Amino acid sequence: MDLAVRCQNVVKVYDTGEQKVTALNGINLDIAVGELMMLVGPSGCGKTTLISVMAGILDQDDGSCEVFGENLIDMRSRDKLNFRAHNIGFVFQAFNLLPSLNAAENVSVPLIINGMKRVEAERKATSVLEQVGLGERATSLPSQLSGGQQQRVAIARALVHSPRLIVCDEPTSALDHETGHNVMTLLKDVALHKDRTLVIVTHDARIFDFADRIAEMDDGHIIKVKGAR
Amino acid sequence: MYYIALKMLIGDKGKYIGIVMGLTFASLIMTQQPAIFLGLMTRSYSFITDVGLPDIWVMDPKVQFVDDIKPLQDTELYRVRGISGVEWAMPMYKGLLKARLTDGTFQTCIVVGLDDATLTGGPPVMLEGKIDDLRRSDGVIVDIDGARDKLGKPSPVPGGKPIPLKVGDVLELNDLRAIVVGIAKVTRTFQSQPVVYTTYSRAKSYAPKERKLLSFVLVKAKQGQNLVELTRRIRETTGLAAYTQAEFKTLTFEYFMHNTGIPINFGISVLLGFIVGAAIAGQTFYNFTLENLRQFGVLKAMGTSNWTLLRMILLQAVLVGSIGYGLGVGLTALFGYAMRNTILAFKFPWQLLLFSGAGVSLICVFAAIISILKVIRLEPAIVFKG
Ligand SMILES: Nc1ncnc2c1ncn2[C@@H]1O[C@H](COP(=O)(O)OP(=O)(O)OP(=O)(O)O)[C@@H](O)[C@H]1O
Ligand SMILES: [Mg+2]
Repeated sequence: MDLAVRCQNVVKVYDTGEQKVTALNGINLDIAVGELMMLVGPSGCGKTTLISVMAGILDQDDGSCEVFGENLIDMRSRDKLNFRAHNIGFVFQAFNLLPSLNAAENVSVPLIINGMKRVEAERKATSVLEQVGLGERATSLPSQLSGGQQQRVAIARALVHSPRLIVCDEPTSALDHETGHNVMTLLKDVALHKDRTLVIVTHDARIFDFADRIAEMDDGHIIKVKGAR
Repeated sequence: MYYIALKMLIGDKGKYIGIVMGLTFASLIMTQQPAIFLGLMTRSYSFITDVGLPDIWVMDPKVQFVDDIKPLQDTELYRVRGISGVEWAMPMYKGLLKARLTDGTFQTCIVVGLDDATLTGGPPVMLEGKIDDLRRSDGVIVDIDGARDKLGKPSPVPGGKPIPLKVGDVLELNDLRAIVVGIAKVTRTFQSQPVVYTTYSRAKSYAPKERKLLSFVLVKAKQGQNLVELTRRIRETTGLAAYTQAEFKTLTFEYFMHNTGIPINFGISVLLGFIVGAAIAGQTFYNFTLENLRQFGVLKAMGTSNWTLLRMILLQAVLVGSIGYGLGVGLTALFGYAMRNTILAFKFPWQLLLFSGAGVSLICVFAAIISILKVIRLEPAIVFKG
């Protein structure tokens, strides 16, 4: 079994000056390639912190986190940027689309970051928008789209550069039940395949069924991993 | 990525217009105020400009500027004429005299006496009559602004405009009759007093009786003469001061620069404009970056380097800077055009474009630097924060 992510004894302490918060307190977790892993647990237990470390946008203080065999903390910052640009897709609770770019332009951003010409990138972006069912809305601004549509644009953006790992933080929390369900279906059917791994942080018990495995966290620890590969 | 940067900037119309307006304001103040200032300062030597023709002005060594008259003896004229390299040398009287108007009131005028034979140094533009008319007995030429305003006859209706002085009207200078034979256009002077032209000998009769009445000797150099050489020769031979036209302008200009509050006043308003403009533009630009911080964070998380983000912000700053600068300078030019025939002074040399360009660049660079620092320090992990 190929591993997408291997966390070993990962520790992260936030030091705000006044106090130290141990957000991750020795995390051990393996995630297989092609797996949809959900991270659940009470607020403040460290879920967001953990996917930030996995996505290479936050450095842990101790332990190691290997993503596709690469130890992110050892990478030079330039290589890490490149690694993120090629291998990681992001989906956020608040969508985080660039408000002045239309849907196709938003989706093309990861391609442009990877050096693709704008026209070509937008052509590719439009075809991915079609995959998520938004082919006709390519020129709409985010403000002209519903929440569910915006999240679908965001998913297209997370997919467009064919990353090997997509991290999602509460992708359905800002959406109603049905829309959330559709978004999850999209993630599972379009985003996930045998070479792509999804890590989804969620509170939303209604979508647990989409997971291959669910890791339950509490107070900086993984307390239980349910389901089997 | 540049395209994205431009879209980010222009997509937020309100902010974009705010930033551009701040910069427009700054560059407007930084060009318009100095332009008025320079315009005013050129007035300090407008008399020299108007006289035009002579290459060299000879005067008492203690003279500090063009209105600072320290008369010479008439014999100095002949000494100057005797110096080699001098094509011709003409006397000029310049002084402040009181004119008695028809209604019995007095008005101080600048009286200029020109060489009787040649009338050298006369007004640059004649609107009515000819310079030669000065040869008619008691003839004087007055400037149009003086004729319309300070020398005019009081209006028949109280508070109305004065009736302009016309050709044929009579003034009294030092109890002597002076008949207006012409109206001229002269460049406004600093003090805006009426200017009255007459001949040298008649000016002497108008002036209070003094031993010395020669204000300046105006010199034309022979063809091919080195002016610096000639001025030195005149100084050495006569012991008087001799300046080329440009030197005399500079002398006058510098006198006003150093001895009046004008430069300080304008300096302060330019500085204030700069500070206010910088504050508005810098602040709005920085705010713009702050509000887009999440967007920059998203780009960073997705793998955009600090270097690329830096160039994006610089591009945004350069764009708003050039538009604001263009608008500001354009407005100043329009302002100058609108004011071209009014009492307001205005001069817009290319150096001013550089000055305000440098000012606006400074503001933009400053705003960009603080924005860039903020973005470089930004942790990409903020993208997951609510
Ligand atoms: N930048 C930060 N500085 C200081 N403390 C932080 C920071 N980010 C998170 N924390 C703290 O670390 C702990 C874990 O935070 P984290 O955001 O990972 O929790 P979470 O499981 O995602 O919570 P939620 O479900 O509310 O999103 C919390 O106690 C939080 O207050
Ligand atoms: Mg969270």
